[in-house]
Amino acid sequence: MSKFLSKQDLEEYRKKIINSRDPNKIIIALCGDTGCQAYGANKIADAFRKEIKAKNLQDRVELKITGCHGFCERGPLIVIYPKKIFYQKVSEKDVSEIISESVVNDNVIERLLYVHPETKEPIVKEDEVPFYNRQQKIISGMNSVIDPTNIDDYIAIGGYSALEKALFDMDPDSIIEEVKKANLRGRGGGGFPTGVKWESCKNAPGDIHYVICNADEGDPGAYMDRSLLEGNPHSVLEGMMIGAYAIGSSEGYVYVRNEYPLAVENVNIAIKQAREYGLLGENILGTDFSFDIKVTRGGGAFVCGESTALMASIEGLWGEPRAKHIHTVVSGLYNKPTNLNNVETWANVPLIINKGADWYSKIGTENSKGTKIFSLVGKVNNTGLVEVPMGITLREIIFDIGGGIPNGKKFKAVQTGGPSGGCIPEEYLDTPVDFDRLTELGSMMGSGGMIVMDESTCMVDVARYFLNFLKDESCGKCTTCREGIKRMYEILTDITEGRGKEGDIELLEELGWVVANASLCGLGQTAPNPVLSTIRYFRDEYEAHIKEKRCPAKVCKALIRYEIDQEKCTGCGRCRINCPVEAISGEKKKPHIIDQEKCIKCGICHEVCKFDAVNII
Amino acid sequence: MKSANLMQSTLYEGEDMVTITIDGKKIEAKEGEMLLPVALDNGFDIPHLCYHEALSPYGACRLCLVEVKKGNRTKLTTSCNYPVMEGIEVITDSENIRRARKMVVELLLARSPNVPIIKKLAERYGVTSTRFKIENEDCILCGLCERVCREVVGVSAITFMGRGDKREVGPPFKIEPEVCIGCGACVYICPTDCIKLEEKNDERTIVRWNRTLRMRRCKICGEKFAPWFQLEYFSKLTNIPKDFFEVCPNCRK
Amino acid sequence: MDFSNIDRILDKYDRSPSGIIRILQDVQAELNYLPRDVLKYIASSLSVPLSHVYRIATFYNAFSLVPKGKHMISVCLGTACHVRGAPKVLEKIERELGISPGETTEDLEFSLETVNCLGACALGPIVVVDGEYNGEMNVSKVDELLKKIKQGGEINE
Repeated sequence: MSKFLSKQDLEEYRKKIINSRDPNKIIIALCGDTGCQAYGANKIADAFRKEIKAKNLQDRVELKITGCHGFCERGPLIVIYPKKIFYQKVSEKDVSEIISESVVNDNVIERLLYVHPETKEPIVKEDEVPFYNRQQKIISGMNSVIDPTNIDDYIAIGGYSALEKALFDMDPDSIIEEVKKANLRGRGGGGFPTGVKWESCKNAPGDIHYVICNADEGDPGAYMDRSLLEGNPHSVLEGMMIGAYAIGSSEGYVYVRNEYPLAVENVNIAIKQAREYGLLGENILGTDFSFDIKVTRGGGAFVCGESTALMASIEGLWGEPRAKHIHTVVSGLYNKPTNLNNVETWANVPLIINKGADWYSKIGTENSKGTKIFSLVGKVNNTGLVEVPMGITLREIIFDIGGGIPNGKKFKAVQTGGPSGGCIPEEYLDTPVDFDRLTELGSMMGSGGMIVMDESTCMVDVARYFLNFLKDESCGKCTTCREGIKRMYEILTDITEGRGKEGDIELLEELGWVVANASLCGLGQTAPNPVLSTIRYFRDEYEAHIKEKRCPAKVCKALIRYEIDQEKCTGCGRCRINCPVEAISGEKKKPHIIDQEKCIKCGICHEVCKFDAVNII
Repeated sequence: MKSANLMQSTLYEGEDMVTITIDGKKIEAKEGEMLLPVALDNGFDIPHLCYHEALSPYGACRLCLVEVKKGNRTKLTTSCNYPVMEGIEVITDSENIRRARKMVVELLLARSPNVPIIKKLAERYGVTSTRFKIENEDCILCGLCERVCREVVGVSAITFMGRGDKREVGPPFKIEPEVCIGCGACVYICPTDCIKLEEKNDERTIVRWNRTLRMRRCKICGEKFAPWFQLEYFSKLTNIPKDFFEVCPNCRK
Repeated sequence: MDFSNIDRILDKYDRSPSGIIRILQDVQAELNYLPRDVLKYIASSLSVPLSHVYRIATFYNAFSLVPKGKHMISVCLGTACHVRGAPKVLEKIERELGISPGETTEDLEFSLETVNCLGACALGPIVVVDGEYNGEMNVSKVDELLKKIKQGGEINE
């Protein structure tokens, strides 16, 4: 492959790819994202390859391993184009039938279709599935169409045309104007206006400017950035190129979490291919613009998602944040002006350039434009990635798209914003989701994790969970963050273990204020949010733990006990055999009992009982 | 050593003089100079534990909190690492400042209840007891020892290790640091006095780091004056011949 | 000790101090941990203080200063896994192996660690064994899983 030396080269190549592709060829798009791989997608892929070869169908059908389609709950997923037949929970055993029925013949296999939960009607096409049809997948939609390891697929769908437009039809100032006009706000958490950031960085004095893509997606329960890097890495790279051109940067970095091996692999492949095509490197498309990107893997430290810690880490140092009285856009990586944006933010850029700020800003609310990708996880029927316009309500996301709560349980709260965010209760379910509204509720957008909790989730336990996470992930420098989080964690532990006392809630609030206001970086400043927001909305649960020594959700071990319902117990002995501490006794076919002295409350008996006879009291 | 300056503050000091106000008093200062030393030089009393004028600011102890008003925004910030800018208005005492400092002191008191300087601060801020579980650490992780060893002495014998609530300071692998020259700068600078130096017979020991070095006696007066290893290090560093270091500084005069 | 493999890694990153994290990542991948002598060798090769390398090695989760077991068991403690019962699964594994997260069994067979979210939340709770994902875990599945690993290990030998 020779490098593109001009815009015409790229355009001719695009035409060549499109013309060489048979629009009637059947494409089986199999989700090969980390999640579906964990379900066994790789074995399914092998089976398809074998079957296609065995039946000699190479000319009629192509298997495409794509990025995340979104509906992770129903994985492994396939979509058969051009008819867009949607099969879910596919297994190796189905492969041969899929080939014979839906490729060789023109039939649909009803067993693999998604069944509408209410009408009980099977649904054939992907875009008719309720999980998908309320979404607006302008950023993540291409994931299920392209092979992320093949740059030609990206070029065929119009990839790098925004870069062309930026380089040939626009200048740095007009690009920044367009991004400002679109009112794109940072998707990594803070929601800072991207165009304003670019402008400050561009105007900062210095010969060298850097751009960085923050792919250190550390919020537990959030994986939209991973799926973009895995599924459509070129869209992120193209955004970075446009940003670099606007800012005047020739060097970029992608800082990606080490726990995401597939994302690391795919972004590296994408960079290599872009270099081979001359889309990265010297004199891109024959212009004066030269730009290249390096990938840095994180070392496993949540705090490195903070911009100054991330930059220290790229420099090869420990990830300790520094004060930002001088902003990183003025003095960042190696003390040079540095513009850092998150994966999803960068992926928005080509779209804004291609379709224009006017088009873009029609989507969303007054101050939050465009779409946002959320990872909808936890106690929800349809776990997965959802991309929705800003302004949609939490209820629509959780109930209409997410299908509500499993096992007929009651919704209790949704946690947004990761460890920096907070828990939002049912009464605010009709809140339109945007940057400002979530902040008003004591939570935040964060990177887009949305963890649904039901009545069996203990909110004190959840707060303790986040504080435990943060006490390990704090860099440990500030007294308030290091000692303060540890103390909040200790108090929460006491409460969940039945040692809570009068005044604990007030002490948590008092300490929380200081940790938030006196710590240096965003980690410490937001660390109390999970505690403060649960106190704000679920104070009664805290009080039940403290005053009545009762865990209403029946989660906190010290406050519950397991008992066998003598009416329901059939004496099958399953619990007795599985009990790790021999705390259960009873004769065969007679009701069993639990020795409370011996019981360690591991919950195994409750889990293995087939007769629902083990109660948590 | 290449890394010695890697964590230096990236802030710059300009040549221009700026005017700021501290507690309503107009003060001239060099742009980019850190706020804490400016305030201290002008007689304001701001408590601090991790700041030393000879070292780069670190911002760890969070005691030197002040309120800075810049434009329309007021925020609570540490003064040791806040670069002075034209027109800022600084308040060194307010309800919020006291509230935060008091909690910082309470947290430190729970960690190190037997450290005199912490007890004194507790008294000053009216913290009579702590509501947290009592520990008995003598080190408050201010990092002065680590910085003086790296930035001034230049040997980086000790470092921070781990993170979060497991953070510690000490020599690599927590064993006798073979690069330590036994200069005692860490002993001198430690605000909690938890790094002890002992001299017995012909040996000096930095107790906390388990570092023991043989002392050299002056060729003239016969008094012990410095560890052999340190003198060899200075000789190498300065290119001054070894025999210069055979005599103690007093006899050299 | 032979440091030729370390030299190869050092050369790959131009023996630059800014490459320390990447160097340590490669060494960790190759040796399964960061031996003391190797850290000393890296420090002197890069002309940085040992304390500098040590600080980095103890800051990041990816590094271990002690040898890891033959089998690596990672329990995801992401929020989604947590609310779906991951702590119970972890407790069960701890009980079965007699070690806590961060530890390795005496026979060097198993190392146990927790991770903060693998981004495969639909399958939660997740336990990853030697890179392979095991989804929808519960306490009763743990026995089966451990048995499978032990047997698998024997067959491979």
